[in-house]
Amino acid sequence: MQYMLLIYGNERQMQSRSQADNEATLAAYTAYGEALRKAGVIVGGNRLKPSEAATSVRTVNGKTQVLNGPYAETKEQLGGYFMIEAPDLDAAISWASRCPGASHGTVEVRPIWTM
Amino acid sequence: MSEEPVRLAAEAVARRSYGKLVAYLAARTRDVAGAEDALSEAFAAALADWPASGIPRVPEAWLLTVARRKLIDAARRRQTGEQAAVELLLAAEPAAGDSAADFEIPDDRLRLMFACAHPAIDAGVRAPLILQTILGFDAVTIASAFLVSPTAMGQRLVRAKNRIRLAGIPFRVPEMDNLRERLDAVLEAIYAAYAEGWSDPAGTAARRHQLSEEGIWLGRLVATLLPDEPEALGLVALMLHAEARRDARRDAAGDYVPLDEQDPAAWNGALIDEAEALLLRASRLGAIGRFQLEAAVQSAHAARRRSGLTDWAAIERLYDALLAITASPVVAINRAIARAETQGPAEGLAALDALVADTRLLDYQPYWAARAALLAKSGRGADAAQAYRRAVGLESDPAVRRFLQRRLAELAT
Repeated sequence: MQYMLLIYGNERQMQSRSQADNEATLAAYTAYGEALRKAGVIVGGNRLKPSEAATSVRTVNGKTQVLNGPYAETKEQLGGYFMIEAPDLDAAISWASRCPGASHGTVEVRPIWTM
Repeated sequence: MSEEPVRLAAEAVARRSYGKLVAYLAARTRDVAGAEDALSEAFAAALADWPASGIPRVPEAWLLTVARRKLIDAARRRQTGEQAAVELLLAAEPAAGDSAADFEIPDDRLRLMFACAHPAIDAGVRAPLILQTILGFDAVTIASAFLVSPTAMGQRLVRAKNRIRLAGIPFRVPEMDNLRERLDAVLEAIYAAYAEGWSDPAGTAARRHQLSEEGIWLGRLVATLLPDEPEALGLVALMLHAEARRDARRDAAGDYVPLDEQDPAAWNGALIDEAEALLLRASRLGAIGRFQLEAAVQSAHAARRRSGLTDWAAIERLYDALLAITASPVVAINRAIARAETQGPAEGLAALDALVADTRLLDYQPYWAARAALLAKSGRGADAAQAYRRAVGLESDPAVRRFLQRRLAELAT
């Protein structure tokens, strides 16, 4: 099965951290991505720009509405994702628990809908 | 062949093998609801076919073959691409022809229980899910036992089964590093099922009494499948100790009899002996846990049967250990009661006072009953009366309510 690991964190907290802390986090993510690759489980993954860069779009009665900002204003924002191949939820959870995002935020584990 | 012996034969198979058959099918398709549906169709087919064809020599194998065909048909109808997967999963197993005299269904019930009690399943629905999948209880029966509406229970069960399939929850006994923690959830779910049955002391609701028996049955099953897990043995010991005192909780008039006033002769000695043997076996495995400690408390109470005395100092130590593990306010109340026995009511009251910050206790009858009893012993009659009134107001069981009211009345005399 394929799972999406959606990484949620407090952006403001992240932005106010020291340079050294940021570098340490970046190094942790690099190492994590490397581990995923070595294990042959990674399908993809990316870091997202902060939610202030987000635009939300919906079409109502044929008219496109463009909203300035993320879909939901919450304390923790989606900051990135990994997509992995795992035999079951337990394997996905064990990868999610190693993600640096799990220790400074929350990692949501969602199975991909295979057609 | 007439229909009556066929119906009886089918019922006997259901009683004997329902959980095993569901577990076998579900573990291979990850689809619990689909497995249940396929099996119920197979039972329907049996009731239609067996009167003419005769009861097969190995009915389980016959049912399994039909259910597997139904599962594959259902996957084909859905046309979602999982058809091939289902066929592959089911074909990987040796075909179960009904001629195979030595045919034995692999026992996947433990794997199914671990899936039902997975941390990704809502804790409140784990016990109901196990009762339904392993024992074939319907949602109405489970709902009445757990005091929720059948519709709500039905929906929660459906959601949980969907979740097992969609989220890819594995049917597996976890590896060592996860086993203890996951096993706790399985044991807790079984204990929850038992406790629901135990909380019907009058035994008026047959369904709830049945729940206790099934809880013990499930506990024994886990203890048999994992014989070296001390907590599984501890849980069975705990349930047997409680069961041994089931009838002693009421007198001939149906009134509540608290533990310290029960006549040990009314306890079931055989169940106590079995519980003691299990607890001894558990203690030799050298890993203490919540259920062993709770069973040990019950064992200390049961010792009164031989010695005529209760070793409250030992009970207090056991509750100390339990409190350290569980941090449960219910354990803290019991510890305070034990402390009052060893150090006097003032010490017990002090221990209860330390709990007042926990607002959950404000609506908890045993807290007020314990408080009232200790206040009465300290000669603080007016405070005791107030606490007893509070306890009466919070109690739902009429027999216990009468007991508390009697204690309240005795204060005045």
